[in-house]
Amino acid sequence: MQATSAPSPAERSHRLDAFADWFFRNLVTIAGWFVLIALGLAALSMAWGGREAFMAFGPGFLTSTAWNPVTEEYGAAVAIYGTVVSTIIAMIIAVPVSFGIALFLTEVAPAWIRQPLGTAIELLAGIPSIIYGMWGLFVLAPFLADNVYPWVDANLGQVPLVGLLFAGPPLGIGMLTAGIVLAIMVIPFISSVMRDVFMTVPNRLKESAYALGSTTFEVVWDIVLPYTRSAVIGGIFLGMGRALGETMAVTFVLGNSHHINASLLMPGNSIAASIANEFAEATTPMYQSALLALGFVLFIVTFVVLAISKFMLMQLAKREGN
Amino acid sequence: MLKSLKRSLATIALAASLTTAVQAADITGAGATFVFPTMSKWSADYNKETGHRINYQSIGSGGGIAQMKANTVDFGSTDAPLKPEELALSNLVQFPSVMGGIVPAFNVPGITANQLKLDGPTLADIYLGKITKWNDAAIVALNPGLALPDLRITVVHRSDGSGTTFNFVNYLSKVSPEWKQKVGEGTAVRWPIGVGGKGNEGVTAYVKQIRGGIGYIELSYALTNKVAYAQMKNAAGNYVQASNASIQAAAASAEWGKSRDFFLVVTDAPGADAWPIAATNFILMSKKPKNAEGNRQAREFFAWVYANGDESATQLGYVPLPDALVEQIKAYWAANFK
Repeated sequence: MQATSAPSPAERSHRLDAFADWFFRNLVTIAGWFVLIALGLAALSMAWGGREAFMAFGPGFLTSTAWNPVTEEYGAAVAIYGTVVSTIIAMIIAVPVSFGIALFLTEVAPAWIRQPLGTAIELLAGIPSIIYGMWGLFVLAPFLADNVYPWVDANLGQVPLVGLLFAGPPLGIGMLTAGIVLAIMVIPFISSVMRDVFMTVPNRLKESAYALGSTTFEVVWDIVLPYTRSAVIGGIFLGMGRALGETMAVTFVLGNSHHINASLLMPGNSIAASIANEFAEATTPMYQSALLALGFVLFIVTFVVLAISKFMLMQLAKREGN
Repeated sequence: MLKSLKRSLATIALAASLTTAVQAADITGAGATFVFPTMSKWSADYNKETGHRINYQSIGSGGGIAQMKANTVDFGSTDAPLKPEELALSNLVQFPSVMGGIVPAFNVPGITANQLKLDGPTLADIYLGKITKWNDAAIVALNPGLALPDLRITVVHRSDGSGTTFNFVNYLSKVSPEWKQKVGEGTAVRWPIGVGGKGNEGVTAYVKQIRGGIGYIELSYALTNKVAYAQMKNAAGNYVQASNASIQAAAASAEWGKSRDFFLVVTDAPGADAWPIAATNFILMSKKPKNAEGNRQAREFFAWVYANGDESATQLGYVPLPDALVEQIKAYWAANFK
């Protein structure tokens, strides 16, 4: 057979390649596992830290509106309510606006404005969240308190059922203001995803629709959106994830009041804001445990939101026959 | 020749910077936002005189206590004194640094400071949510002749745990049995109504913003931010305004000699001219510090403060400690630090 002399150059390079391949594959696998392990450990450490609170209060922790550091009674309901409601308000405002921005940038705007405007919107995403908080507190809140909320309270607040949502003193800080600030923070993310994905729609499809006499809106609603549905939904949930976890902007304008109020004009509290405000001063183990338990609940809420998005995407794919 | 010259100059510069780094100490402290204004001024002046730097993080009294118990800083500061048993458990010593007053700041259009009078039970009722408008009968009764508008009261409290809160609710518990029973005391409590601001700074910002707002803040924040604050009726039945004189009167009536580890809360002081919501800021230090040098430097800093810091503290609205108390503190140091 072959002499047992040194391997030929071809063989050597082949072995080197094989080793490099093996090394690279393992490196990348480790990186992938690392992400999963880090996520798991983070969730586990929150759950472990919060075990005292979960054991002391049981499942009632999630529905209790108590938050009394003096008698050591804690409940997550107020924080969960605030997080969810402010996020819902943000999404209600942000999704149509982002859709409008993306539509404008891809279909309506003249060519010379598309690039600069797109860049300007993406710059909004780069502004630190605490700047949004300060702007919200010093500019938006007084403006709303003096000009908008009194009108809302006087007119919408008097309508029989819906009025409960809008009645209340015009403080300026509260759930609605927090929702508006969050919406502004989240719009750049959603609109840039939508814009990028609208641009991938083949021109042929759109041109065929125009040729058949569709209006711009019909083209976007019936051709572009269905084509890009999953990416658009993904972008929306990306924005929602950011809104759920937003801390500093919310704590400036939400009012940090541990009470649930039906009115959107009243202050509330959110999970991230509670933890940010109270963790440094939580000197008793039960207080700390309650805050860590809140962190774990936020983990679960984000997880549930993502799961819902995946489920929706699956349903849509099934309907299209995939 | 030039290269070796440059190299030797660089070495000399490096050596010089290293030696100055060794001489100028970095003393770390953390705790109450209450004293942050005066702590900054003292640190700046101390740095000018000695070159040592004080790095004070105003994270709140609870944070200061937690950091001291974990022995991660050279000194901690808190407005809520720890009981002697708690101090012994964590090997800590505690002594007062400066006193100040907590004032009820308000934002009512047309009413300036010194015009509005409040008393303890009324203030407690406002914070309990029982009095909701500025022209409520109870407030009008205390302020005959003052044109109070039909404006909703927005209560502002602290969103974070705080020694300022501790002193304020301690006072409310003393003057209102309903408050004591419904809410109680502590560095964080379950506020019946109101919005929460982060730190003294947050409460001040909210009060300035919200028409009809009322919030409790440290006197120096009210003075520097030009927020109106109300007169209060003290235990002796006189209406006093928060000032250097009235807080000193509160300090004078406190019996420090009888306290162990200076555990004493000076709210609702009995003096005729005493400000009812006076507060003392306490410094915590470790008996068994991890960084012995930092501990010693911190004590030197405070000795300097007692000797030289009175004027800057007074300018900012704080009240320096009486001389007799400073002597007690020095004796306490001698007893606890070998």
